[in-house]
Amino acid sequence: MVDGQIQIQNYNTGNSKNNWDLNKIKLKHKTICEYEYAKKDIQKGYANRTLYVNLSNGIIKEKKVTEEMKKLFTGGRGFGLKLLWDSIKPNTRWDSDENELIITTGPLCGVTQYPGSGKSLCLTISPSTDIICDSNVGGFFGPYLKFAGFDAIEIQGKAKEDVIIIIDGEKGKISIETAPLEETNSHMISEQLTQMYASENNDESKQKISIVSAGKGAENSYWGCLNFSFYDIRRKYPRLKQAGRGGLGSVLRNKKIKAILTKVEKFDGVSNNPADAETLAKVGTKLHREIRDLDRYQCNMRAVGTVHLVEIMDDYDLLPTENYRFGSFPKASKLYSPNFYKLFTKIIPDGCWHGCTMACAKTVDCFTVMTGPYKGEKVTVDGPEYETVGCGSNMSIWDPLWILEFNFYCDTYGLDTISTGTAIAFYMEMYEYGILNKKRCDGLELCFGNAEAVLEFMHRIARGEKSDFIAIASKGIRRVKDWLIKNKWGDTHIIEECGMESKGLEYSEYVTKESLAMQGGYGLTLKGPQHDEAWLIFMDMVNNAIPTFKDKAEALHYFPMWRTWFGLNGLCKLPWNDVEPRNNAEIDDPSKVPEHVQNYVDYQNAVTGWDVNKEELILQSERCYNWQRAMNVWLGRGRRKDDWIPYRSMGPVTVMEYISRKDRYDKNLIEKIGISDEKIEKMETEEKIKIIYDFRKDQYQKLSDAVYYRRGWTPNGVPTPEKMKKLGLKDTKMLKMLQDKIVKDEKAGLNNWGGNYKNKNEKPNNGIKYW
Amino acid sequence: MNSQRKIKVLKLYEERCNGCFECMKACSMIHFKSKEGGEKSAIKIKKVKGRYIMNVCDQRGLCIDMCPVGALKRKKNGIVWLDKNICIGCQACVGFCPINAMRKSKERIEPFKCISCGACIRACPEKALEFVEKDSEDIKQIVYHKQGV
Repeated sequence: MVDGQIQIQNYNTGNSKNNWDLNKIKLKHKTICEYEYAKKDIQKGYANRTLYVNLSNGIIKEKKVTEEMKKLFTGGRGFGLKLLWDSIKPNTRWDSDENELIITTGPLCGVTQYPGSGKSLCLTISPSTDIICDSNVGGFFGPYLKFAGFDAIEIQGKAKEDVIIIIDGEKGKISIETAPLEETNSHMISEQLTQMYASENNDESKQKISIVSAGKGAENSYWGCLNFSFYDIRRKYPRLKQAGRGGLGSVLRNKKIKAILTKVEKFDGVSNNPADAETLAKVGTKLHREIRDLDRYQCNMRAVGTVHLVEIMDDYDLLPTENYRFGSFPKASKLYSPNFYKLFTKIIPDGCWHGCTMACAKTVDCFTVMTGPYKGEKVTVDGPEYETVGCGSNMSIWDPLWILEFNFYCDTYGLDTISTGTAIAFYMEMYEYGILNKKRCDGLELCFGNAEAVLEFMHRIARGEKSDFIAIASKGIRRVKDWLIKNKWGDTHIIEECGMESKGLEYSEYVTKESLAMQGGYGLTLKGPQHDEAWLIFMDMVNNAIPTFKDKAEALHYFPMWRTWFGLNGLCKLPWNDVEPRNNAEIDDPSKVPEHVQNYVDYQNAVTGWDVNKEELILQSERCYNWQRAMNVWLGRGRRKDDWIPYRSMGPVTVMEYISRKDRYDKNLIEKIGISDEKIEKMETEEKIKIIYDFRKDQYQKLSDAVYYRRGWTPNGVPTPEKMKKLGLKDTKMLKMLQDKIVKDEKAGLNNWGGNYKNKNEKPNNGIKYW
Repeated sequence: MNSQRKIKVLKLYEERCNGCFECMKACSMIHFKSKEGGEKSAIKIKKVKGRYIMNVCDQRGLCIDMCPVGALKRKKNGIVWLDKNICIGCQACVGFCPINAMRKSKERIEPFKCISCGACIRACPEKALEFVEKDSEDIKQIVYHKQGV
């Protein structure tokens, strides 16, 4: 049995202590500009204003949140999209002066009664994709930003030297100060600033501060993540959560921001001033009880977090290993959750926002760093989560301690573990084929399983080394593909189809070869291949619940809309279906978890005082989803060609992959494609690969057709003005832009369905009215 | 770990209880300055199959490890205490109490609980309530993995 009830002051992580002369560091700050604002209460979940900061010219101002804006965009990611639309241009790129970094909250953000209610939504134009990237993250920043007085902060322009932005909700003051002496790496600067800006030197004051930062890795790559801090009164240490995807941290550092700090004067359980606090407490308590009674029999999130998925994915051949060549591996059991459970610190409320009893934010304290600048120090590692462990298996690293090392440096350097891990896995496969080699990799032996080389690669990125390999490889798979092809170092087909990126963003950690719907869940997305829009593998592949294209398209309408809704409100998706009511499997539509959907209806009404139903929740999302797609079109992408996915995510690229799952693919040829047993016996593997390749590529095009049609888009994937108007989106500039783009597509002959239909009746109805 | 000590915990002699609920009224007086009893009382008396049973905190303190802000502490006398000035009303302790003895009233967002003050004992006309002393180590015999750790 583990000891509980240790007095908070007696907790000891055993970590190394840092001694800084914080006064000396602070004395070097120069205030660049300041802005005072009137402190106001939150009203029914909204602060009713956003904060605009321009680092180039020092302008700081408040923007009003109108009722119209709430109606059309709800909040959170929706507000972010609206603010971006008003501020950027179609040719804005990630490092343009007018590009913005936006952090938003959402009306339900900061509620303490319902688990998973502290998410911030971050948006920017991504360096990896040149379109909008949105990423959600826990930690205290979002709730505190709102309680300090703002529904969102948008930062435009670039500073001339390293700065910190301070949102002081205690004094009602925004200030921008230079910060030349602070550390850049996140685990250090979070601790420094927490101590420096706490009103008093105690845990209570330190807990009222949250910091956003990104380390040296973010500065020198396209994989920069944002680290959001949340001070842990037991560990006496600001822990970190990451907005990982799409290079947000790279944008932060490109703007020369070392950190953004927010501080609240006070907050309590009703700081959001909800319309009906009683209902809120009731719905929240009901879910707390469900988690108490059922979590240990379901996902076991409270004990091991998302790492419980490792064994499940390995069992179902879905755990990416060796750059997604395989979905399971004999050594995978070394990474099963019990091995991490042994390392995690126990009996601590591990929610990344107060009141989240799902508590998936697991931590290893007192980890001894093995390499790099912090070698020998004892530190706290936040995580790993499933995705990070999946990166381990993808790079064929089977030692939990090396995964912790990878996790620690990714976090503190501000590197997204997913992009970093997936990209390195690709480089490793290229290394195996000789397309990359030691010389081309600048002396690094990037073969599968070489954890030390992985860490050395990351240290070199963080040091800002400028050799060809480091400079290009740190920009991700898409740039490396171009580089390899340009140098004619390997077969274009192998390079293009093995590198797991779409739209320029690296895949997250699931093997999708046998689930067409999930291929769509990664490809037919707004920002790129991330599983936060839809996770349909079990529905599709295991339960065969969505057999037709129409069924799959319906799922690829409903689930992305539903999951988008969390981001509009400042919520985490996990408490929706990572714990399910006891009787969930016995009712209709179990994959939607209807009882929890009703919780969210009650929850949103209880905070905002609205009277919405579950259909209206989907409508809220549909508006923002289509708006974002339309903005992607405006930015020059968001068409069928941009929804391309590499064949590695659809089927076997190489002979080895085919042979490793020969029975499955042979069966596929017989049952799905109709080739006879005898014929298959005589066929060469390459020939069989080619037939499956053509078949599956066509299946994906047919799926795209069905999905575009369901979503109300043109056959080239553009939201029609008709659809936008139906959703109540009547911005004339937007509608005109879409009409022009569709006319252009029409002239170029692009408004055609992509599938190869033998029977014309199979085609989606073409009688769509565009406007 | 705290060293072993005696903690005062409420005990009901069911055969003496006549269901007058004076104890609950006295309790709500302590917590909310109201004689209402009912949901404003930390001690709850319920009639089940013709007899009265009590539900109240037994000071085992599992909630202490649930609180994200450290509002729940074990006091020197062993009583588990919720500091409502620190509490942020998340209801984690309410939801996770294994015997549902952490209370929440409509009056305010912060929960409340039995603090072994003895008001209910004094209010009981039938002398059906009294304190018994329990060993702190005994009440901590809890299977922690049940709470998911």
